[in-house]
Amino acid sequence: MAISARRRRTGLAAWGFALPFTILFAVFMLVPVASSLYMAFTDMHGADLRTPWAVNFVGFDNFAAALADPKFQQAAGNTLYFVGVAMPLTLGIALLLAVLLNSGLVWFRSVFRVGFYAPVVTSIVAVAVVWRFLLQPDFGIVNSALGLVGIDGPRWLTDEVWAMPSLIMMATWRNVGYSMVILLAGLQGIPRDLYEASAIDGAGAVRQFRSITVPLLRPTLLFCAVITGIGYLQFFEEPFVMTQGGPLGATNSVAYEVFNQFGFGNYGLSAAMSYVLFVAIVILSYLQFRLLRTEK
Amino acid sequence: MTVLTERSRTRRPTRDQPSEGRPAARRFTPRAILLNVVLLLGLAASFGPLVWMIVSSIKPEGEIRQFPPTLFPEQPTWDNYTELFATLDFPRFFANSVVVALAVTVGSVLFSAMVGYALAKLDFPGRRVLFLLIMGTLMVPGMVTFVPLFVLVANLDLINTYAALILPFLAAPFGVFLMRQFMLDIPDELLDAARVDGAGEFRTFFAVVLPQTKPALATLGILTFLGSWNNFLWPLVAVQSADKYTLPVALALYSTGQNTVQYGLLVAGATVIVLPILIVFLALQRHIVQGISTTGLK
Repeated sequence: MAISARRRRTGLAAWGFALPFTILFAVFMLVPVASSLYMAFTDMHGADLRTPWAVNFVGFDNFAAALADPKFQQAAGNTLYFVGVAMPLTLGIALLLAVLLNSGLVWFRSVFRVGFYAPVVTSIVAVAVVWRFLLQPDFGIVNSALGLVGIDGPRWLTDEVWAMPSLIMMATWRNVGYSMVILLAGLQGIPRDLYEASAIDGAGAVRQFRSITVPLLRPTLLFCAVITGIGYLQFFEEPFVMTQGGPLGATNSVAYEVFNQFGFGNYGLSAAMSYVLFVAIVILSYLQFRLLRTEK
Repeated sequence: MTVLTERSRTRRPTRDQPSEGRPAARRFTPRAILLNVVLLLGLAASFGPLVWMIVSSIKPEGEIRQFPPTLFPEQPTWDNYTELFATLDFPRFFANSVVVALAVTVGSVLFSAMVGYALAKLDFPGRRVLFLLIMGTLMVPGMVTFVPLFVLVANLDLINTYAALILPFLAAPFGVFLMRQFMLDIPDELLDAARVDGAGEFRTFFAVVLPQTKPALATLGILTFLGSWNNFLWPLVAVQSADKYTLPVALALYSTGQNTVQYGLLVAGATVIVLPILIVFLALQRHIVQGISTTGLK
């Protein structure tokens, strides 16, 4: 009782703590979220920048225009391609590395952990510039190395077929460390004696991985999948720096198209496209929860 | 020595050899050697591009294109950096990035801790609504808000200002989420004891609560600084004149503009962005990696 009475008296002080954040949150988060929904249903253009209320409601026209636009369709397909390949690849490699690092046979575990994590802290723009040079077709390291073993490497970033795999390769390289570190922490939380008991029962390494590691790691895998998926669905900096969406739109992403339409001054259309992306993010996260949630 | 301490920390029975076997011998079985060689190759793939970037930044143009690349430059030169700093105004961009990242970090961590404390430990009208609103925006991506944010910031006449680069990031839902989680673990008795001793609410917060949450503050601070330092989309949109460019914006525009083929210059630019972060990361790696794993598991 005494505590709750005191708490009631602290109501004013509590708002004192909450106010600086709340004001900024209302202005720079709630207002934009609400107005992006408003804008998506209007014909707002760059010319309306100073008079955002003097625009016409156009219903679902922006959404219809976006979905009917071949460029947007291509960008949506590219985004699904990118997420569909890069996400399983990233999580798979991360899980493999985490399991390897968790075995007692590794010599310098913390060195490996730091080395694999290092790309995560880098600026995507900076490493995209670096990878552009590594993938340079005539004298870049990747093709020169392939040449040593007699392979004539493709013209990576300017080749319609190879441009997307190039971006996937770079994104995987940069993001594996994040999931790896989290999965490694998850693995270390699995009780040792489970493995010992199952070994006595005659379970091999593969069986242990399938029957102990994966089920107990599910919540951690889910977390990594959701975070990685949300990031990958918005991929933008990689094509911006490495390919400008080319060649022939082969690496244009939905996020890049949102940015481009904004640049052209089509604010309403751009907002509508960003909502399509948002819905995709929500759907993907939901599917992952359904797929990976712990079975009761 | 390192091997030994590492060994004792990770000591556990291996799966296929549950018996106690001599540790030193087990660490050099063919299986262990193969495993470590595979991991070393992975490490080269992971860290190699960053080493290439740093080393290439002090090579002349011709040597950058040489294959196989030299690990130690044959003709080391500062020319790339000289041009970057003298003609491309990179000191300015660097200062912009530092000012913005520091302001965002200090402001955002402080405000997150304050509101996180109120949400976790104090009762006030509107608490539930505020909490739900903050959690509801946790997943809203920057891609969805940048267009209306631009319209808003333009109407506040803040385009091309530091305020435009800083203010929107002071209201970070993730920070509140993280801080609230940690504040929940602080025992109420501790707060009550401070109040009984006559400490006011603000005194209690700064003298009792904040010291208790140091690890969370450090983790959030590092993550926020990194996010701000590497942020690209919003600074690209919110700033149109070069004197307010942050490093990633400047590098992206130069690399896609007239400097596309100046490898030395661009690699030096990339190094200026990545190297300071990499050094801090290597110095604090134990805390950072620990912090990341706990935020993931919370």
